[in-house]
Amino acid sequence: MHKKRKARLVLEDGTIYEGTSFGYEKSVSGEVVFYTAMTGYPESLTDPSYAGQILVPTYPMIGNYGVPVDDVKDGISKFFESDKIHCKALVISDYSSRFSHWNSQKSLGDWLKEQQIPGLFGIDTRALTQKLRDNGAMLGKILFDDEEISFYDPNRDNLVAQVSTRKIMEYGNGRHKVILLDCGVKNNILRCLLQRDVSVKRVPWDYDFTQEDCDGIFLSNGPGDPAMCEEAIVHIRKALQGDIPIMGICLGNQLMARAAGAETYKLKYGHRSHNQPVMRPGSSRCHITSQNHGFAIDERTLPAEWEPLFVNVNDGTNEGIRHRTKPFFSAQFHPEASSGPVDTEFLFDDFVQAMTAVKK
Amino acid sequence: MNINDTKYMKQLSKVLLLGSGALKIGEAGEFDYSGSQALKALREEGVESVLINPNIATVQTSEGVADKIYYLPVTPEFVEKVIAKERPDGILLSFGGQTALNCGVALYKSGVLDRYGVRVLGTSVQAIIDTEDREIFARKLDEIGVKTARSIAASSMEEALAAVDEIGFPVIIRAAYTLGGLGSGFCSDREELERLAASAFSYSPQILVEESLKGWKEVEYEVVRDGYDNCITVCNMENFDPLGIHTGESIVVAPSQTLSNSEYHKLRAIAIRIVRHIGIIGECNVQYALDPDSEDYRVIEVNARLSRSSALASKATGYPLAFVAAKLGMGYGLHEIKNSVTKVTTACFEPALDYVVCKIPRWDLNKFEGVSKMIGSSMKSVGEIMAIGRSFEEAIQKGVRMIGQGMHGFVGNTVKVEDIDEELAHPTDSRLFAIAKAFDEGYSVDRIHNLTKIDLWFLQRLENIHLLKEELRQFRSETSIPKELLLKAKQYGFSDFQVARFTVDDISLSAHERMLRVRAYRKSLGILPCVKQIDTLAGEYPAQTNYLYVTYNGTKNDVEYEHDGRSVVVLGSGAYRIGSSVEFDWCGVSALNTIRRMGFRSVMINYNPETVSTDYDACDRLYFDELSFERVMDIMELEEPRGVIVSTGGQIPNNLAMRLHGQRVPILGTSPESIDRAEDRQKFSSMCDGLGIDQPRWSELTSMDDICRFVDKVGFPVLIRPSYVLSGAAMNVVSNKEELTHFLELAVEVSKDHPVVVSEFVEQAKEVEIDAVAQEGEIKAYAISEHVEFAGVHSGDATIVFPAQKLYVETIRRIKRIARSVARELNISGPFNMQFLAKDNDIKVIECNLRASRSFPFVSKVLKYNFIDMATRIMLGEEVAPLAKSFFDLDYVGVKASQFSFARLLKADPVLGVDMASTGEVGCLGENYYEAILKSMFSVGHHVPRKGVLVSSGPARSKVELLNSTRMLIEKGYAVYATEGTAKFLGENGIEVPVLYWPDEQREPNVMDYLRHGKVDLVINIPKNHTRRELDNGYTIRRAAVDYNIPLITNSRLASAYIYAFCRVAPADIAVKSWDEY
Repeated sequence: MHKKRKARLVLEDGTIYEGTSFGYEKSVSGEVVFYTAMTGYPESLTDPSYAGQILVPTYPMIGNYGVPVDDVKDGISKFFESDKIHCKALVISDYSSRFSHWNSQKSLGDWLKEQQIPGLFGIDTRALTQKLRDNGAMLGKILFDDEEISFYDPNRDNLVAQVSTRKIMEYGNGRHKVILLDCGVKNNILRCLLQRDVSVKRVPWDYDFTQEDCDGIFLSNGPGDPAMCEEAIVHIRKALQGDIPIMGICLGNQLMARAAGAETYKLKYGHRSHNQPVMRPGSSRCHITSQNHGFAIDERTLPAEWEPLFVNVNDGTNEGIRHRTKPFFSAQFHPEASSGPVDTEFLFDDFVQAMTAVKK
Repeated sequence: MNINDTKYMKQLSKVLLLGSGALKIGEAGEFDYSGSQALKALREEGVESVLINPNIATVQTSEGVADKIYYLPVTPEFVEKVIAKERPDGILLSFGGQTALNCGVALYKSGVLDRYGVRVLGTSVQAIIDTEDREIFARKLDEIGVKTARSIAASSMEEALAAVDEIGFPVIIRAAYTLGGLGSGFCSDREELERLAASAFSYSPQILVEESLKGWKEVEYEVVRDGYDNCITVCNMENFDPLGIHTGESIVVAPSQTLSNSEYHKLRAIAIRIVRHIGIIGECNVQYALDPDSEDYRVIEVNARLSRSSALASKATGYPLAFVAAKLGMGYGLHEIKNSVTKVTTACFEPALDYVVCKIPRWDLNKFEGVSKMIGSSMKSVGEIMAIGRSFEEAIQKGVRMIGQGMHGFVGNTVKVEDIDEELAHPTDSRLFAIAKAFDEGYSVDRIHNLTKIDLWFLQRLENIHLLKEELRQFRSETSIPKELLLKAKQYGFSDFQVARFTVDDISLSAHERMLRVRAYRKSLGILPCVKQIDTLAGEYPAQTNYLYVTYNGTKNDVEYEHDGRSVVVLGSGAYRIGSSVEFDWCGVSALNTIRRMGFRSVMINYNPETVSTDYDACDRLYFDELSFERVMDIMELEEPRGVIVSTGGQIPNNLAMRLHGQRVPILGTSPESIDRAEDRQKFSSMCDGLGIDQPRWSELTSMDDICRFVDKVGFPVLIRPSYVLSGAAMNVVSNKEELTHFLELAVEVSKDHPVVVSEFVEQAKEVEIDAVAQEGEIKAYAISEHVEFAGVHSGDATIVFPAQKLYVETIRRIKRIARSVARELNISGPFNMQFLAKDNDIKVIECNLRASRSFPFVSKVLKYNFIDMATRIMLGEEVAPLAKSFFDLDYVGVKASQFSFARLLKADPVLGVDMASTGEVGCLGENYYEAILKSMFSVGHHVPRKGVLVSSGPARSKVELLNSTRMLIEKGYAVYATEGTAKFLGENGIEVPVLYWPDEQREPNVMDYLRHGKVDLVINIPKNHTRRELDNGYTIRRAAVDYNIPLITNSRLASAYIYAFCRVAPADIAVKSWDEY
């Protein structure tokens, strides 16, 4: 094993955490966010929604089961959520340099190096998490040696433009033709759709899909501030005039809201976890969901023809909306999971059902 | 249950809860925890609660937990009587283990619940039956396409053999409706199958022959579902040991470590589907086998009740599973319950952990003669610990120390491993140390994996510890260790003691001094542990409770210390073991309650997940951490408490007293010097001499010659034992020189630092105990109890009567006088216990402990006066008045009887001696001695014989003892059989009984046939002498009785008392009275 190199995580308030590098050795900056899921680092790291962020898992031991073989099936990676790691860096407490899993090919450290992503271990991630909880998400940078770089706020950039597909891609040969607006889509959304007799036309985030012939429109997840995606919002607003079923997830949920005329705002430190309880207003059913978002819909600004579909039981924030009469709905959480609990995958069935109903 | 039902449930007014009875292997302290939480939930809802549990030492059977408590057997007969009397409208069956569940199923099937209109709260009985009957269960799961291990039910040996023909060897045999895998095992050939199946059929009419999945990973999920169909998994856990080792025998980690997201959520989703399909309302445990080379899986088991795993999951996550399950049973939805840690978020969530926990079982197999030490598919461990850390290395090393068997961590022990490969391939209770040894011998991780099938990840982490040890060994003094390495060692869970062992060469120092050196150096480098909170949400929301652990993998404390002198620290009792279990938890919890009531901050240090004292709401601050000198000192330095209570947690805290005192830690109550004077035999003896108190003659000896000379003087039998013991490890009575040599070797094995103590053994003496509380040397409250058995049976195994019924007034007077003079001499302030031998008013002291004893909850509850509360008030400086109540005035009697778990301890000889063997106890009240005996004997599994009684009365003395009781049996019309010598003796005394021939005689009628065919349902077999030899006939009979599940009594005094009791008191006449009605 080569000599371990120290590096520092510096926060915008001047706090310094010293750790040991186990990834690529370069200084980077971004927004520091914590997530409390205990499994799924290969999925999270390749989730485009983490673009621009320095990721801090609260679970201390990371890397235990290595990194899976990158198999591709039907043009989609079997185990990753996109074709690369999107976060800026990974900061953990304890790193498993050795790993064990039947499906693993390499260590997490080797993968990070390959993808040129810095990783730091040996950091009191609980203390760091508490700081982020109390102060809100903060900017931070990882510095090697005396190198100095400036802070970077990803929320001022159009991250979606960075992670969205640049060309139109088609998948599957199902009965329902769905336009997928790719704002940084996770592969499992594709997989969930394809499993349901759907063929997908994946289009760039700013693509004008309103003239396309399709059975449904899907608004994907994605990174950053929804207000940055004005072009997408304009197109969605147009689609809302029609009757083609629309489903959105995460950023897609926020875009749907903005298109409908509602406001979004930045949460103090966001929801990034596998254990967020959401309820349908007026019901007694509570679902455990996988989440990863820093922005949310301001429910008070929802137009009259819209209603909340889900509400977070812990903090009362909005977790999804739907149109009162038309087949438009969206969820702030991730029904496609990967990583996380799969309890709300039924929303994809609802979407397919809506398309079927319209056809009839 | 539908929504209308849930509305009905919320209108409950009185609910009956069934407890689990005495602690036994497979069913232990975890049910005190779960029952207590359920009762708390009932109380919070204003529902009147009625509890049936004969386990008098538990917290749940204390004042203020349930509204009515019945110290009665948890059997259908007694429960029906309580139902008839109390007329509850609901019953909770899932909080008292398999005992309560089985009893509930019986009451449901016999129509009792219907007849009295008692609703089963939570999961329906039918759903329970569906999970318990393996065939129905497999079919139910098949309905939803969930895989179970291929399994065929068999009701006869022929069917079992046919099943194997279909599945093929190896197979696993399981008996339905049993505790913790009783009657289960692996069979790799026909011979093994026949043997195991025969035994399993004796427990259960149906057995299962299943495909063997040996070597697969074992993973569990704790699932909760409410009446609205909301369903969550609170915790998943992964066994360190692969399938094939019972989960109660496995090291278990939470959360799972080697499962990918896809595996984790696949199994999670299946668990939820199962729970919905079966219709669980409340808590449920789902166990899986997971193929280590694919995502293939099998469901192994579903437990539709609170279990040991759920207790562990509760402590591991901070999610109060039992409390929530009880609320769900009352009709609440998960979303209607608050997370009791954050107080603001909902209970409908899945805890996120930012630490790892490691559970390690504690075995006490050394206490049993002849027992197999192999661990496998049936449970043998008597307790467990849970260690918390932020790395696996840290957690497991802490855990190994917590087990309390002299180990210092994964490395740094002196363990003998005869054959490493054998030990790795066929694990025993010391397999972990065989792995350490294997690393020492240069085994690779892969080689160990091939032998053990333990996942590589765990082995890699263990190797990290080994490699760090090797690095440390390069240094010859503590000050030469580089700071970075020392910090890493601490992050890997090395204790200062371990570091000292590897690095400090200075042999002029004692081990303790060397450890202090490391501690001082470490602190000078600023390497200090920090305190973290368990908050259920990994820091996402602030926690309102102080559920804490200590780690070196962090830099910031979660707690801000006030240093206001209000903290009072209570040291807990650690892992349950033979000799120290739930009774000390009761003592600890009682102390915490009093501390709180007196306006101080109650702080508990303990690490046993089965306890109530480790519930974060039992105190103001809970350190779920080690009770080692090092860790207690760490906490002392953080807390700067007003004082520490060492006298309510049994021997572990007691043993720390002097060393803490040496660091100027304020010990509350009796001074540590006095504790030392009582603990140190020499000092105690000279004190007794000075006070004119008689003791059996004894000597502390170091050579065989000295011992022989001493024995020549006092004569056989003699008692030999090492110093500083609680339950008499390696303590034994020997009757001749050969036995002496044999046991001496065992005793020295236990404690090399301590010489052997040999004492005169008085035969035919009564044993009497006093439990007392004193203030500045003056006794304020006391209780005198007597043993039914003569001296020679460990006080933890003896049947104890309180108030003593058969003592001379003069004996009582003398005992009081002795206790007073000792209390004065040692200036005792707090609880203490003394044990005496009494023979014709001749009193000798045999034991004196300046701490609470095992019998404190028993005497406190019989007397209805909490001795620990009084002791705690004294320790906190309150001037207390002497207890006005005298036990002479009680118009009822309490009897404490012991529960044995020999059935689980394959091949162990079920006899009683000076070394403790029982795993639990009960205490029942009666109008008179016989009624109390009867209730307590029924509570530990006896029943009035319906078929026949076998008497094999052993030595002449016990033959005489049993003569009258045998006559009584015959007069009452019981069928009595006897072995040859006994029959002859009875015949000479005018009692003719049929002879049954010894097992090794090929003559009919033979004892073994009668046992095998269930023609006898009470066996009285008195061993010939105090020690026991190989597989003689007596052993064969006793063992067969245990293996065929036939009640067995091996002590003539107890047998006689019990026979008198059931001959005089008809079961129908037994009073069904609650505690408050006495």
